[in-house]
Amino acid sequence: MKSRLHVPRAPARPGERSDFSYLKLSPAGAVPRPDVNAPLSELQPLATELVRVLDDDHRAVGPWDPHLAPADLELGLRHMVLTRVFDDRMHRAQRQGKITFYVKSTGEEAVSVAQGMALRPGDMLFPSYRNQGLQIVRGRKLVDLMCQLLSNTRDMCKGRQLPVMYHWREGNLFSISGNLATQFPQAVGWAMAAAIKNEDRVAASWIGDGSTAEADFHYALLFAQVYRAPVLLNVVNNQWAISTFQSFAGGEAGSFAARGPGYGIPGIRVDGNDFLAVYAVTQWAAERARKGYGPTLIELVTYRAAPHSTSDDPSRYRPKDEYERWPLGDPIERLKSHLIALGEWTEEREAMLMKQCEDEVSAAWREANTHGSLTGGPQLDPQTMFEDVLKEMTPNLARQRMQLAKELKKS
Amino acid sequence: MSQMNMIQALNSALDVMMARDPHVIVMGEDVGYFGGVFRVTDGLQRKYGEHRVLDTPIAEGGIVGTAIGMAVNGLRPVAEIQFADYIYPAYDQIVSELARLRYRTGGDFYAPVTIRTPCGGGIRGGQTHSQSPETLFAHVCGLKVVMPSNPYDAKGLLISAIEDDDPVVFFEPKRLYNGPFDGDPNKPAVPWSSHPKGEVPEGHYRVPIGSAQVVRPGSQLTIVTYGTMVHVCTAAAAAMNVDAEIIDIRTIAPLDAETIRTSVKKTGRCVVAHEATRFAGFGAEIVATIQEECFWHLEAPIQRVTGWDTPYPHAFEWEYFPGQARVRAAIEAVMEET
Repeated sequence: MKSRLHVPRAPARPGERSDFSYLKLSPAGAVPRPDVNAPLSELQPLATELVRVLDDDHRAVGPWDPHLAPADLELGLRHMVLTRVFDDRMHRAQRQGKITFYVKSTGEEAVSVAQGMALRPGDMLFPSYRNQGLQIVRGRKLVDLMCQLLSNTRDMCKGRQLPVMYHWREGNLFSISGNLATQFPQAVGWAMAAAIKNEDRVAASWIGDGSTAEADFHYALLFAQVYRAPVLLNVVNNQWAISTFQSFAGGEAGSFAARGPGYGIPGIRVDGNDFLAVYAVTQWAAERARKGYGPTLIELVTYRAAPHSTSDDPSRYRPKDEYERWPLGDPIERLKSHLIALGEWTEEREAMLMKQCEDEVSAAWREANTHGSLTGGPQLDPQTMFEDVLKEMTPNLARQRMQLAKELKKS
Repeated sequence: MSQMNMIQALNSALDVMMARDPHVIVMGEDVGYFGGVFRVTDGLQRKYGEHRVLDTPIAEGGIVGTAIGMAVNGLRPVAEIQFADYIYPAYDQIVSELARLRYRTGGDFYAPVTIRTPCGGGIRGGQTHSQSPETLFAHVCGLKVVMPSNPYDAKGLLISAIEDDDPVVFFEPKRLYNGPFDGDPNKPAVPWSSHPKGEVPEGHYRVPIGSAQVVRPGSQLTIVTYGTMVHVCTAAAAAMNVDAEIIDIRTIAPLDAETIRTSVKKTGRCVVAHEATRFAGFGAEIVATIQEECFWHLEAPIQRVTGWDTPYPHAFEWEYFPGQARVRAAIEAVMEET
């Protein structure tokens, strides 16, 4: 016997039959819900099981049922539908040449919406670039998001960031970097500071399955454990990092949640398309953090139904029907069916909600465009590019600004 | 005033700032219980507690990443990277995150982090304990980069760095920790008590970031330098009996070009000296600035004195180090040209 290099393979490529036999599922309601102060040894199974609440009959079952009021469920549904409608409209805007770039979160809306709702407004969020649902939950105006996408005169980033790299200081939403995984140790540091100051606020951050390969992911877990930082570290395992299947980030060796116990942190694997399960697990981890029991690593098992970004064409690397065959379904459909099963929702109300969201998005889009875009309307002054490099402008930058002003005058 | 070496001066700066501002915290490898491998944080944990002087894992990227998060949550972390040679795992957090947070958020978020790190050779540290990577940070928009050459400046600049709302990378030439060093390793060590800049106020004072200092006025040529090389150049010029104006730039970025310009216009001759490697080193930026702004005042081509373009070799430390002989040769060259 000689060693032979093992190169992971995606379960199916274009033209092949979709295959999700690798995905380990647990029945809804089957996974126990330990106390938040339970020892790590008792929490260990959570890292490989799959916490699910909604069963095949759309009922909420088992110990993880968060028992949310119908009004909260409706609100969650509304946030998810609005996120999807917003995504679809902005994706189209990119195709129409109105914005340069966009990233949809289709199929994984429950991650941001349920997690955002389970946390408190004072908790600090360190999102990745596919967490627009967090902005919507926190009440960020759509027009503000759109102005960022348009890099226009009302852009919170003053035209300096690629579309979707939002931030919102008042809403406790940290700036999205564009570099991967860097926000993970930053969230841990924020949480360490909260603990140093003896506050009861917690931090949460999100990262993709692919980005867990970065050193920053491992720094974050290590520092979070060493200092028992009040932080929720969320891995959104949507199976695909552009064309690279999650097995290239170590997914074949077990779950991403299972990285947690190796560092001494509980890991919980949760059905990321089950709004109730995501809410419950987040609430559990937040309570744990707030009470001083430290960090939790949450793996949200979901599927990236959309392309990675508007620059991506997934038909070149995965079967076209993969999402249709995804065993955990669609998060919006599942919550909607649950509400209908409860007798709290109807197809008519769903249609009305959809219409409301579409109108809201259209109105916001019209308003955002009045503030300009890269191709027309009011424009940002290019000379503002020299601001905010440092708090005070250096003489060197002031000189370059004057040089640019001359160039602009001539042209 | 009291006599302090550079280690004591830096320790005093941290002590003064921690006493004044409860948001200042110190973090890094071995900085807490032990007080740092160079003793710069000695006694601080005993005085301010383990929540404000944090021992950290050996993970520079994690140290800077968490420091950024702490700063966003209202603290003013002073992170130590034990040797500048170990800073590279943190480079992405420094360059892509720390330096650009204010810019990318239009000023809504910023992270007032100070990163202290010992640099430079002369202690038989070989290629992994001797580097001077200041240029790698000077090239990054959004950072301030500082390197003091004496205890007085070290304390005043570190206080300014901690109070600054922008991130500062603070390089400490470790060969100067215990005394001024003129480049001759065979001479007996000289303590800071023999040097006027070893007189350091005990309380709070600032040396402004972005301000160079003429450490010796002169008329025949200008020597622009910083860090350890300030002392090497001073000794070399004194031994040659030339009337050199010596400028310690103190801050690499933002550079005080005005002080350099004024001097070179007066003397017409210039030597630029640093310990770091030559190719694309910070000297190149200084030379280019002088060329652009003082060309018609120059009497001779500007000379550069630097480390060689090799890694820092353990056995040939003193053949690598830009000592007085190399400075002398450069001074002779600029003085000869007519």
